[in-house]
Amino acid sequence: MSFSLLLEMIPIALMFATPIIIAALGGLFSERSGIVNIALEGTMQIGAFAAATVTVLLEPTTPGAAWIGLGVAVLAGILFSSLHAFASINLKANQTISGTALNILAGGLTVYLCQIIFHQQRTRAFSNGMQKITVPYLSDIPVLGKMLFFENYPTFFVAIGLVLLTWFLVYKTPFGLRLRACGENPQAAASMGVSVKGMRYFGVLASGALAGLAGGVMVLTADIQYTLSSIHGTGFIAMASLVFGKWNPFGVLGAGLFFGFSTALSLYAKDIVFLAALPQEFFYLLPYVLTIIALWMFAGKYVGPKASGEIYDAGKR
Amino acid sequence: MGFVIEMLGITKDFPGIRANDDVTLQVEERSIHALLGENGAGKSTLMSILFGLYLPDSGSIRIRGKEVHITDPNAATALGIGMVHQHFKLVHNFTVTENIILGQEPAKGPLIDIRKAEMKVENISRLYGLAVDPRAKIEDISVGMQQRVEILKMLYRDAEILIFDEPTAVLTPQEIRELIQIMRRLTAEGKTIILITHKLKEIKEVADVCTVLRRGKCIGTVNVADTSEERMAEMMVGREVNFHVEKGPAKPGEVLLRIENLNVKNQKGVLGVKNFSLEVRAGEVLGLCGIDGNGQTELVHAITGLDRVESGRILLRDRDITNLSIKERSDLGLGHIPEDRHRHGLILDFNLDENLIVHNYYKKPYAHFGFMDKKAIRRNAERLIREFDVRSGEGPATPTRSMSGGNQQKAIVAREVDLSSDVFVIAQPTRGLDVGAIEYIHKRIIAERDKGKAILLVSLELDEIMDVSDRIAVIHGGEIVGIVEAQGADENELGLMMSGSLRKTAKRKETAATGGRQ
Amino acid sequence: MTKRSEKIVLPLISVFLGFFIGSIIIIATGRSPAVMFTAMIRGISGLDIKGELPFNPRYIGEFVVQSMPIILTGLSFAFAARTGLFSIGAEGQLMAGSLAATAVALLVHAPKFIHLPLVLLAGIVAGALWGAIPGLLKAKYNVSEVVVTIMLNYVALHLNNYTILNIFGSVDRVKTAEFSETALLHSPFLESITRNSRLNWGFIPVIIALVIYSLVINKTTFGYSLRAVGFNKEAARYAGMKVNRNTVLSLTIAGAFAGLAGAIITTGTFNFGRAMSAAEGYGFDGIAVALVGGNEAIGILFSGMLFGMLKAAQPLMQSQGIPREITGIIQASIVLFVAMQFGIKMVIDKLKGHKAKPESVGEGAAT
Repeated sequence: MSFSLLLEMIPIALMFATPIIIAALGGLFSERSGIVNIALEGTMQIGAFAAATVTVLLEPTTPGAAWIGLGVAVLAGILFSSLHAFASINLKANQTISGTALNILAGGLTVYLCQIIFHQQRTRAFSNGMQKITVPYLSDIPVLGKMLFFENYPTFFVAIGLVLLTWFLVYKTPFGLRLRACGENPQAAASMGVSVKGMRYFGVLASGALAGLAGGVMVLTADIQYTLSSIHGTGFIAMASLVFGKWNPFGVLGAGLFFGFSTALSLYAKDIVFLAALPQEFFYLLPYVLTIIALWMFAGKYVGPKASGEIYDAGKR
Repeated sequence: MGFVIEMLGITKDFPGIRANDDVTLQVEERSIHALLGENGAGKSTLMSILFGLYLPDSGSIRIRGKEVHITDPNAATALGIGMVHQHFKLVHNFTVTENIILGQEPAKGPLIDIRKAEMKVENISRLYGLAVDPRAKIEDISVGMQQRVEILKMLYRDAEILIFDEPTAVLTPQEIRELIQIMRRLTAEGKTIILITHKLKEIKEVADVCTVLRRGKCIGTVNVADTSEERMAEMMVGREVNFHVEKGPAKPGEVLLRIENLNVKNQKGVLGVKNFSLEVRAGEVLGLCGIDGNGQTELVHAITGLDRVESGRILLRDRDITNLSIKERSDLGLGHIPEDRHRHGLILDFNLDENLIVHNYYKKPYAHFGFMDKKAIRRNAERLIREFDVRSGEGPATPTRSMSGGNQQKAIVAREVDLSSDVFVIAQPTRGLDVGAIEYIHKRIIAERDKGKAILLVSLELDEIMDVSDRIAVIHGGEIVGIVEAQGADENELGLMMSGSLRKTAKRKETAATGGRQ
Repeated sequence: MTKRSEKIVLPLISVFLGFFIGSIIIIATGRSPAVMFTAMIRGISGLDIKGELPFNPRYIGEFVVQSMPIILTGLSFAFAARTGLFSIGAEGQLMAGSLAATAVALLVHAPKFIHLPLVLLAGIVAGALWGAIPGLLKAKYNVSEVVVTIMLNYVALHLNNYTILNIFGSVDRVKTAEFSETALLHSPFLESITRNSRLNWGFIPVIIALVIYSLVINKTTFGYSLRAVGFNKEAARYAGMKVNRNTVLSLTIAGAFAGLAGAIITTGTFNFGRAMSAAEGYGFDGIAVALVGGNEAIGILFSGMLFGMLKAAQPLMQSQGIPREITGIIQASIVLFVAMQFGIKMVIDKLKGHKAKPESVGEGAAT
């Protein structure tokens, strides 16, 4: 593989990696507070739908329509995930079933609304979506400049910023200490006066906001419209990234980049000699197979927050 | 002297049960006030109300004469009330300091000021003589240090009233004495202590006043110095209590269970059982005592087949069972009453009759050609219910979950005894049971002993070991540190052995070539 | 409320609430729920309660056709659930079964009484193998079956497409060549009495599957040990049961049910192999069916028919302005309410003024 090919591939890989990273950060907040959220996939669909719809409707009249679309995606994600929060926290529902229900709901609801609004099973295609940018000065740095700051989607930097913000919030602030306590031993946290319910609501709603954002980013950078297949399992790959990344923001960044690269490979396979002979479907398969392998290698070795997924029983001693 | 705490007419209901029934508790300042009662008596509920974990359905609380409403632990903390829980509420992968400051973190801007926190922790620990390592992770430190962290949590918040919930369950006799010293020092410094316990000896040793609860009701408050242990026990249980099980002398026969040079790894991957050798004879109860976490669990798992051994042998009637499956061992006559009846002993979501056939559900007459015979299963349950007096709401069809702890344990005993095993490994059989059930279980153990079974009794309750066993072995750090005759055994000596300070062997009447290291 | 009646009433409440939510969404987007209900009635019975259209038994046939695969995927999910496992892989196992059935249908030439059973068997085995993968990963390496099964769904999709398009060959990039009659479940007789619906003999294997499920779970020693492991893995291990073996077997058998569904669709509803752009959702339908059916055979049969009726009504609704996706919304809402049933039960008990049984508190709260 030649160097210039690699240079070409990197922005694409970053584009694929960004939604994975952002969604995985969402999963991190949720699980660290003690709630398993397997509805990242469905929330991404909701976010993608919202972003695509707002963008296509506002594009003709409003500059920056894509950013407004992302904002709406965040709000939609929060709203959608509040269902999971209410079911899991207030009604003590089985979190896996609740998450699965939401995944089904997202598919149905988004296409239903597409039919109502656009009279077809997808949104109308938008013309621009998210625009690439070139950062002045920074793009002149040799090597790195061309890779990261030249004709790249700004959403990647949003992802980096979120990684740093997450790390800071979760590991350096009192809020983060309490959040993590809720995920490891909610009884201990409660006995110290921490509101476990409140923390978990935050965790789930934050995961909704980030997953919604991730979905919006994905559709606006990698696609031209929202369809039922727009997200095709990326939410679950984000969950695997969480395991792979040891529930740590920087680990998640690394895992997301890894999966982003493997997805990008499918586009460039024909240009790489020993990969060109492989059928297209092989590359479609690759991220999913890699996810299974990643889970297999790291299962048991990397253990998540201890109380994650357990129903919190205030009476338990 | 006025009362610093008054809980007046407290009533608290949970679904199906009245946990506190018009209970009144009055505690004087700078006293050590014991709250005595059996499991289920309502003492922890009462204290949880004081600490703000529950709200009372009726009644009032006064602190220093002023009526207060304690709505959550924060409110309790603000009033100067702190609680050291029976099951430590510590986050396993946080440091000592992080656990102590959780919820009241010193901050420098948006960041936690960890340096300041560590300093404060060091200061308090020095002031009260509670040695801890501020940077250590909870999962790496000893149980004794973990308990000190629990105490420091309260002192960090300037608690004046300290509630200790069954603090000595996990301590050696020496550590218990240390804790008593700590409690005396705390009251000297002006603190008031409420001690929840069911251990009469400790109450006699350290408490000034004792309030007794039974089945949610307050039976009375006594001056500890003027009241005997027997009297307190009577108040606790409601009748005269026989502390000691009646038994004749043991008639030990041949060795039925032989453990030779056993090495077993524990969960952390290091050896939990080291070069362990032991013999149990027919017709005797060998009690194994030790502090929790010194290898008992690993030993029992190795004998029953739950865990693999690294090296060494286990022989059942001279048959090497070291590598046999769990099923093969029970078929050969190894019975097991597990220490955690909910986790290992029973499948709570099954009915009683389904639980009683868990070892031989696939054999005749309970199954033919892979299909289960419900009638036979039911008949078996009816028989065992009769023979072992297992109380169950709906007979064989009772959902096991709805049975009381004592009857659940009886069901397990019934099942295991009915298997006609030669050798029993019994772990913590009376944990969480009331006195009546404890009496029954102990009687049953002696009865089986007298039938010629070999019984290895593993327990954390020294009293139980001393009362029921014929010989006592002490385990420390995964090794046998001593074997003594139960008759005439000295509790202090046992305590020293349990904490590793003493090694001893019993003088045997015959010279036995045991092959074990002693 | 007794435990028995709970098992029926709570799912019914969830179903009712789910339809309620669906109706609200229909109203909110300017359509009429009455359209949905008349469509459902026509979908299941062929009758038009508005009296405008004549009785058309074609709908009854189609309703059965739609119910069959989701009953099977429901059995798949339920079987794993009874063992304490969460298998979301019915979709992929179904596709594996469909692919295997296609292969045998196209490549084997034999008289019908051999060919057809072989086709179905291939579907069952392929689904079983696809289920064994997460089973082994879970049993040996403790990898959570939730994400693995979902990933395998996508893998199956792409494998299926690759094989159909590149190995079996397709003229229009969707269908393979047509199967010979010896491989089909089609029945001219059934088609004739239902006015050319796609009703076929597939319902016979479905009924057999329901019976087998019920027998195995409730009456066999194998089912006993599966349930034991599902309720309390540790206690089951202590009793000497082979937990790992049960885990693998359970997911394998669950896969077998789904694989059979794939075979039935391929040689019953259709008569050719298909390349698909996306999963068709039978797996998720199965989850809803199993949850509403309480993981029992009888319940799965009825809830399978309920959701089958919904699916059969889709084209009717779509043609009258209600997007077909409303069924997915209703289905998801029902599942959500089933998940919340503990909470719903709390509300009901409060309304009735009862207190919940002490068993729910256990040894925890009161001491």
